[in-house]
Amino acid sequence: MNYLSIRDLTVRLSNGLPLLRKVSLDVEAGEVRALVGESGAGKSMIGKAVLGILPRAARLTGGAILLDGENLETLSPKERRQRIGAKVALIPQDPLTALNPSRRVGPQITDRLVDILDWKRDEAEARALELLNEVHIQSPDRVMKSYPHELSGGMRQRILIASAFAAEPKLIIADEPTTALDVTVQKQILKLIREMQERHQTALLFVTHDLGVVSKISQSLTVLYAGKVIEETSVRSFFAGPKHPYSRALLAATPKYTDPDGSLMPVPDSVISAVEREVAAFDEQLNG
Amino acid sequence: MPIVRALLTRLATTIVTLLGAAVIVFFVIRIVPGNPIAMMLPPGATEADIARLKTLYGLDKSIPEQFWIWITNVLQGDFGTSITTRQPVYDLVIGRLPATLELSVMALMIAVLLGGTAALTATLYRGTRVEGGIDVAGGMALSLPDFLWGLALILLFGVLWPLFHISGRVSPSLGFDFHSNFFLFEALIRLRFDVVLDLLGHMLMPALALALPLAAIILQLLKQSLKECMHDDYITLARTKGYSETSIITRDALPNAILPTLTLIGVQFTFLIGGTVIIERLFSYEGLGNMAIDAVINRDLPLIQGIVLVFALLFTLVNLLVDMTYAALNPRLRHA
Amino acid sequence: MRDARGQIRRLPGLRLWLSGTWLLLLVLAAVFAPMISPHDPLEQDLFAARLPPFWEQGADPSYLLGTDSLGRDLLSRMLYGARLALTVALIAGTLTCLVGATLGLIAGFYRGWADLVISRLVDIWMAFPPVLFAILLIAVLGTGLTSIIIAIVVIDWTRFSRVVRAEAMSQGAMDYVASAQVAGRTRLGTAITEILPNVLPTIVALLTLEMGIAVIVEAILSFVNLSISTDEPTWGGMIAEGRTSIYQAWWVLVFPLFALFLTVLSFSQLGEGLKEHFDPVLR
Repeated sequence: MNYLSIRDLTVRLSNGLPLLRKVSLDVEAGEVRALVGESGAGKSMIGKAVLGILPRAARLTGGAILLDGENLETLSPKERRQRIGAKVALIPQDPLTALNPSRRVGPQITDRLVDILDWKRDEAEARALELLNEVHIQSPDRVMKSYPHELSGGMRQRILIASAFAAEPKLIIADEPTTALDVTVQKQILKLIREMQERHQTALLFVTHDLGVVSKISQSLTVLYAGKVIEETSVRSFFAGPKHPYSRALLAATPKYTDPDGSLMPVPDSVISAVEREVAAFDEQLNG
Repeated sequence: MPIVRALLTRLATTIVTLLGAAVIVFFVIRIVPGNPIAMMLPPGATEADIARLKTLYGLDKSIPEQFWIWITNVLQGDFGTSITTRQPVYDLVIGRLPATLELSVMALMIAVLLGGTAALTATLYRGTRVEGGIDVAGGMALSLPDFLWGLALILLFGVLWPLFHISGRVSPSLGFDFHSNFFLFEALIRLRFDVVLDLLGHMLMPALALALPLAAIILQLLKQSLKECMHDDYITLARTKGYSETSIITRDALPNAILPTLTLIGVQFTFLIGGTVIIERLFSYEGLGNMAIDAVINRDLPLIQGIVLVFALLFTLVNLLVDMTYAALNPRLRHA
Repeated sequence: MRDARGQIRRLPGLRLWLSGTWLLLLVLAAVFAPMISPHDPLEQDLFAARLPPFWEQGADPSYLLGTDSLGRDLLSRMLYGARLALTVALIAGTLTCLVGATLGLIAGFYRGWADLVISRLVDIWMAFPPVLFAILLIAVLGTGLTSIIIAIVVIDWTRFSRVVRAEAMSQGAMDYVASAQVAGRTRLGTAITEILPNVLPTIVALLTLEMGIAVIVEAILSFVNLSISTDEPTWGGMIAEGRTSIYQAWWVLVFPLFALFLTVLSFSQLGEGLKEHFDPVLR
């Protein structure tokens, strides 16, 4: 059963420019799907549409988002908010700005539980300590009482990960969670996310532009270009040989440490033009 | 310890400022053309009488000498004697200071309430006509000084719809015996709510006149600050947790937005206190400012010096308080 | 992109028009007062005391806006009052701007000793309640137009100096200033030609604001009877009088108050409008 089902989602800016072009995407319960594409391809936009945090200038103009079989757009804003708060969580990109600098860390983990889901404060705090242990943070008591600026970037990301799993969500959207981190920390965090996902059996939509990360964490992936789904397949078959020329070029462009000189190839212009033509043709269908 | 060093430097500059203010006032009013002594004497007074009074008030000595005497006395708590009322300046000032303090603090509270609520509302409805309307109202409040607001309020609520008092501090018909000069505070403590209501009825109009320009500034600053905060990542994260826009603005954005606004509010509060001079006159409110005007008109030198010194002290105290509050509230500075 | 704020943003044009119109009317009133006043502003007629404005019962149409308790025509007095208001606004406003801006430029650009002294002075100045300071100065200098102008300049120059100093300090550190200096300009030359144009929009807004403030200060001084020494009518004096007879003759307070209101509002809106108009960044 698909926990998340996105059907023909179209998001446009207020001047009409399409950001997402009839995107369809499914995530099964407990599945890890990677959402891949270059910067600006619209991968973050999909996550934002689901979470209900699209930028003010963007609007959902077509399609549906079904969460656990329920169409989110049929809900009132308040219901939608609460549904997402209870069932979905976000692991944000930049740990240095995603925590409120004026509040201690502890309440930022427990707030969702206490305020939105009506947990008792002591239960919520116990849960927070439990989670901090899961993400391998030493002296969780001290950390709970700390302010974000007292902690390192890697530590903050762990806290954000712990916070995401707090309400035992069925779906987590990770928006390039390792991009803003140092390379050495990236590996640890990736490993941690995989560990947490396996333990909690949460569905994970992992947004990234890094194909190396995709192979380490996901079972399936969706490739996006200019807001349009280009290819959707399992990770195994993708790395064995993708079908779409753009995907192939993308794979070829990934640096491999086994062949450093031979692999810094940008996506060739011919491939770009071809996929752009594809998108333009699609748009004509969309608007015509 | 860096905090102690910073505090000592602040203290030093404060003292320099106060001294500077005292010097300026002292010397400026001694260039006064009018002879204060002459105003007090009955016609037919002799040269000897004038000379005697001059000596009594130390006006026969050189100006720097007079200053030295005055400063040393002040540091011992002796502010001199008022020429017009023959009472100690200290008593007169202490007598009127509570009234001005109560009025200023009330005005501050009104300003924060009005300005803060308006800023929060404008942020909640940002991009809509509501925000536009609030901006216009704020712009108007900003361009008009307390003096004009005072007059407008007198017309509106004193004459047109007489809901509030436009003169004095308390209705004499109440016949209430105050032990201190903090009328409002005392009435509250003694649980005399009828007196409290009467006092508020007298204070509301002058306090509102003082508050409106400050409220407009708070509105502008806080709104700007809030709007910037609303773009931050932790706000977006809070939305995904299920919080409503209102609680996000008040719970997450506000604590971050308040800090930069605080220091400017402190400076503006000193302007508000300065405004009590004319507002008290306008509403015949028996405070320090009102007494100051008479002191100047009557060339009562010791009284003028005393009042100006007290105002200067008050201003520097407010600035100090604001800086301390800022340091206390900013988590980053606390651990620095 | 159309949104509700767009409607408000179109207002600056309207703002400039409205405030400009009022101020123009004021200038005309001030200049032509002797010709267009229906009565002699100083002429008293105790039989015509406290007459209401023309639309009320018991009014005398020759006294359009009514009379005060001494039977003097309100309209004429207001027209003559405009003269003092505008004179003070223009002269005091401009002088305050010049003095303050110059001191601020010196402090911000030359820094060092000059900055230390001037900044200390600003601090000391901020320790005074402005109105009290003004009243004190008038008491020292005596009443009269010159004293008023001097008082306003003395109490409010800090408004300009702080802003200009801040601009001078931040702009002084910028690259284009350094390159100008390398090109051989003198320090002062650099200051004036490179820094001033960038600070101009702010100064313009402050200048008009200052004019409004000057009018208010004069009104407050007239209110406490410390303004000009002659019998010439002033709005502040009319307001003081109106305050005492507010229950019997509300119009004596309302009309000069309204005029003051509009004038101060117009000055500040004019400033805001001009600032938006000329700010190269906003364009």
